[in-house]
Amino acid sequence: MTGNPTAPTATSDPTGAAANAATAAADAAEQPYRDLGLTDDEYGRIVATLGRRPTDAELAMYSVMWSEHCSYKSSKIHLRQFKDTPSTDRLLVGMGENAGVVAVGEGLAVTFKIESHNHPSFVEPYQGAATGVGGIVRDILTMGARPLAVLDPLRFGDADAPDTARTLPGIVAGIGGYGNCLGLPNIGGEVVFDPTYAGNPLVNALCVGVMPVSRVQTSAATGVGNAVVLLGAKTGRDGIGGVSVLASATFDEGGGPARRPSVQVGDPFTEKILIESCLELFDRGLVTGIQDLGGAGLTCALTETTAAGIATGQPGGMDVDLELVPLREASMSPPEVLASESQERMLAIVTPQSLPEVLALAERWGVIATRIGTVTDSGRLVIRWHGEVVVDVPPGSLADDGPVYERPIRRPADLDLVRADTPAAARLARPTTGEQLRETLLRLIASPNLCSRAWVTDQYDRYVQANTVLAQPEDAGVLRLSADTGLGIALATDGNGRYARLDPFAGAQLALAEACRNVSAAGAEPIAVTNCLNFGSPEDPEVMWQFAEACAGLADGCRRLGLPVTGGNVSFYNQTGATPIHPTPVIGVLGLFDDVARRTPIGFTGDGDALILLGETADEFGGSEWAWVTHRHLGGAPPAVDLAREKLLGEVLVAGSREGLLSAAHDLSDGGLAQTLVESCLRGGRGARIELAAGADLFVELFSESTARAVVAVPSAAQARFAELCTTRGLPWQRLGVVGGDTLDVRDAFAVGLDELRTAHEGTLPALFGQTT
Amino acid sequence: MSAGMSAMDGGAATATPRVGVVTFPGSLDDRDAALAVRAAGAEPVALWHGDDDLAGVDAVVLPGGFSYGDYLRAGAIARFSPMVATIVAAAADGLPVLGICNGFQVLCEAGLLPGALTRNVGLHFVCRDQRLRVETATTAWTRDYQRGDEIVIPIKHGEGRYVASPDVLAELAAEDRVVLRYVGGNPNGSAVDIASVCDARRTVVGLMPHPEHAVDGLTGAGVDGLPMFTSVLSGLLSNV
Repeated sequence: MTGNPTAPTATSDPTGAAANAATAAADAAEQPYRDLGLTDDEYGRIVATLGRRPTDAELAMYSVMWSEHCSYKSSKIHLRQFKDTPSTDRLLVGMGENAGVVAVGEGLAVTFKIESHNHPSFVEPYQGAATGVGGIVRDILTMGARPLAVLDPLRFGDADAPDTARTLPGIVAGIGGYGNCLGLPNIGGEVVFDPTYAGNPLVNALCVGVMPVSRVQTSAATGVGNAVVLLGAKTGRDGIGGVSVLASATFDEGGGPARRPSVQVGDPFTEKILIESCLELFDRGLVTGIQDLGGAGLTCALTETTAAGIATGQPGGMDVDLELVPLREASMSPPEVLASESQERMLAIVTPQSLPEVLALAERWGVIATRIGTVTDSGRLVIRWHGEVVVDVPPGSLADDGPVYERPIRRPADLDLVRADTPAAARLARPTTGEQLRETLLRLIASPNLCSRAWVTDQYDRYVQANTVLAQPEDAGVLRLSADTGLGIALATDGNGRYARLDPFAGAQLALAEACRNVSAAGAEPIAVTNCLNFGSPEDPEVMWQFAEACAGLADGCRRLGLPVTGGNVSFYNQTGATPIHPTPVIGVLGLFDDVARRTPIGFTGDGDALILLGETADEFGGSEWAWVTHRHLGGAPPAVDLAREKLLGEVLVAGSREGLLSAAHDLSDGGLAQTLVESCLRGGRGARIELAAGADLFVELFSESTARAVVAVPSAAQARFAELCTTRGLPWQRLGVVGGDTLDVRDAFAVGLDELRTAHEGTLPALFGQTT
Repeated sequence: MSAGMSAMDGGAATATPRVGVVTFPGSLDDRDAALAVRAAGAEPVALWHGDDDLAGVDAVVLPGGFSYGDYLRAGAIARFSPMVATIVAAAADGLPVLGICNGFQVLCEAGLLPGALTRNVGLHFVCRDQRLRVETATTAWTRDYQRGDEIVIPIKHGEGRYVASPDVLAELAAEDRVVLRYVGGNPNGSAVDIASVCDARRTVVGLMPHPEHAVDGLTGAGVDGLPMFTSVLSGLLSNV
């Protein structure tokens, strides 16, 4: 998260401040601060900080840096509790930097982070989604890492809603167009449909990178006399107001497309050569500080590097000659240059001795590199335009000392009613006969949230870089870091807005638990957490209550699981008019492998392997896919959270992988056991014969979404050892059946051939969005 | 990231065949191709688009990616690089050249191979494990296959629809110069399911599938692509 709370550096004369605040109202007539998204109070505070009326350029800078998107002014007090999540020896860089960094052994460090690009992707799906990938990739690069892969959790309105036909194809093409051209494998993510996202699709993007521990970079501008170098694309008028006008306000009905000029335009080729040139700069030790240009563009990069430099305790400050910035349009004014969110740019701090080598290296890659300023000891950020001072500010006042709000919170008035509407058998009719269960299964596996995602993921390159061990539709994306030792990582992202609507505290924990379960099912040990918190307007007390609950739930869950939160992102104002989206915390979990060769895939591949269900099943249908698909029902309580059991399950899954006992493992989540069995059968091209306990409620067994469960396939030679593993650790397990044949056969109920399953599972998205080949 | 381009800086000449891998700005599968060359038993040598010296390599791979962003037309700018000019000249003297995906597009733009690669008929980028049939084993890059072999190699491209005039297609057929065909569904609308063609000398091969992503069962789609890289080595060794 940006806005690392460092020591305040701003000083102002209280007397002058009072006098100036009094005249703020008069200045308001002349300065368009409200149009820039600033409140009267915030404007008064700027005047007080500067001791005078801000220049146009300064006003533009404060408006973007104090926007919700950059300042986290509404979320900060809630996010602080993530700092109390468990630290580990692995944690090299925690919250507050561009991305968290964890040591993974062999002298390597992994950095990962998830961000949102929701509003731009609604306004302009292709470019919004493309630049979302570009932005998170630069965050990872800024830490000194080579970007390795991306994952994209996506949420849309109903699959057959007219606007989904506009947003989904454009967003998927934008992610693929940018990521494929950048040479980053896309290894996971989600695609979720719910009418709550109809006017507010959620486009989150996670990037992971790796570097030698010794190459971790800082953003601090230090060393008086060092050069400030802008690398990459020329600066244009695209994306002005992206963070303030677009990301920090609610959409009015139909108001989206009018804001298209605020969406940035991506150029992945420029990003690719920018990445390669920056990695070479890092390897040669040519930069003392580096910062990406993302939201709020030069304003953010200049103020954050200067403020971070001063925060080191060394003399700091910066002089910038803004007219040196290469422009796409010569007529741009200083406020426009400072606010532009043109993509594919980085800011480097370079010693005078290194400058010629830096410029030559950039030239070799075809990257534009321009010295635009110098590190000073003034304690201030001074920006000139053809010699005239247009900005003279204490940088900490922009970067760190923005407003902080403790917004009012109120439990949603309708929550008790929604919670009381439980999906009991008396309320929602349930299938009982074998034929009804068969129909229910086929309907669910073809439903938009449970059907095959191949239409989406086949548009993403999953092979490039030759280190992808597992990718979607597997439980987790798995990457090899070292070809010599097999050291590797796993990543999964999960979120469930319906669960969070019913209980945001539990919803955040359920998302965390599911992401951990996915990583463990692949065989990796979870080691760190990132989050993307997608919510409605913080000015709505009911939304703010949901946010506070979700933050508390996530922090509590991480403490219970012993995992650090290393960073993340907040996206507010995901609402249309007065209607917010379901609270949607999306959680990313990083897992570690000593050797990726022992990864566990989801597909059933061994005829005769025993199928074992780990965990326990209860009658839990609140917020379930079954309730939604068959009854459009959302009510009751989400499935119970049991993090101790989740931890135990994860340990058994990892131990089973380590001992080579498992031929397949797949977690249970949306859609329950039936969905898991179908996915594993289709993935491995083999059927299964299932025998549930006599007297069991087949409907509950097949479709309940109880947590802390997984199905594993165990070759016969390993069955005794695996049973012992579960029993000694105290994890409940039951034998489900056996792998083999070409049907999914549930004894005493029904059988479905693999071909029929495949047709149902794979036909939905092509029917909705067209054939791709 | 351990065995990457850092290992591609040439080294002393040995009996091990040396295979160059060209990096253009925007090349993406260059490290991957180098790994495949190494897996086949050869020494990968990094070649830079702006140089015109082949560093004495025995064969060259033009890797996949989006050279110069491919904003104009895939491969249209890369063909003008000094390195491609050098390769065109060397190919006339029999240098084996393999163009993978973007490399295939560059070879067509450079005139070393006939035809062109246009936008997929479905207008979408397609990444999938593709079944292919080996149509000829008498090229520098397929001699370790048998004619008629069915293999699986990943494809991942948005502009892989092979098109050529009827005359050219007839000539390719008559001279047995279609190297690979798509089977089990044509993913991009290519003429007569063509996935790969070779030049008249049978030493320059271009293909849309990515054999470098099928040389290692752990990180790729099986190992059906490895013979492509061993083929050129067998040829080089047998020519000694």
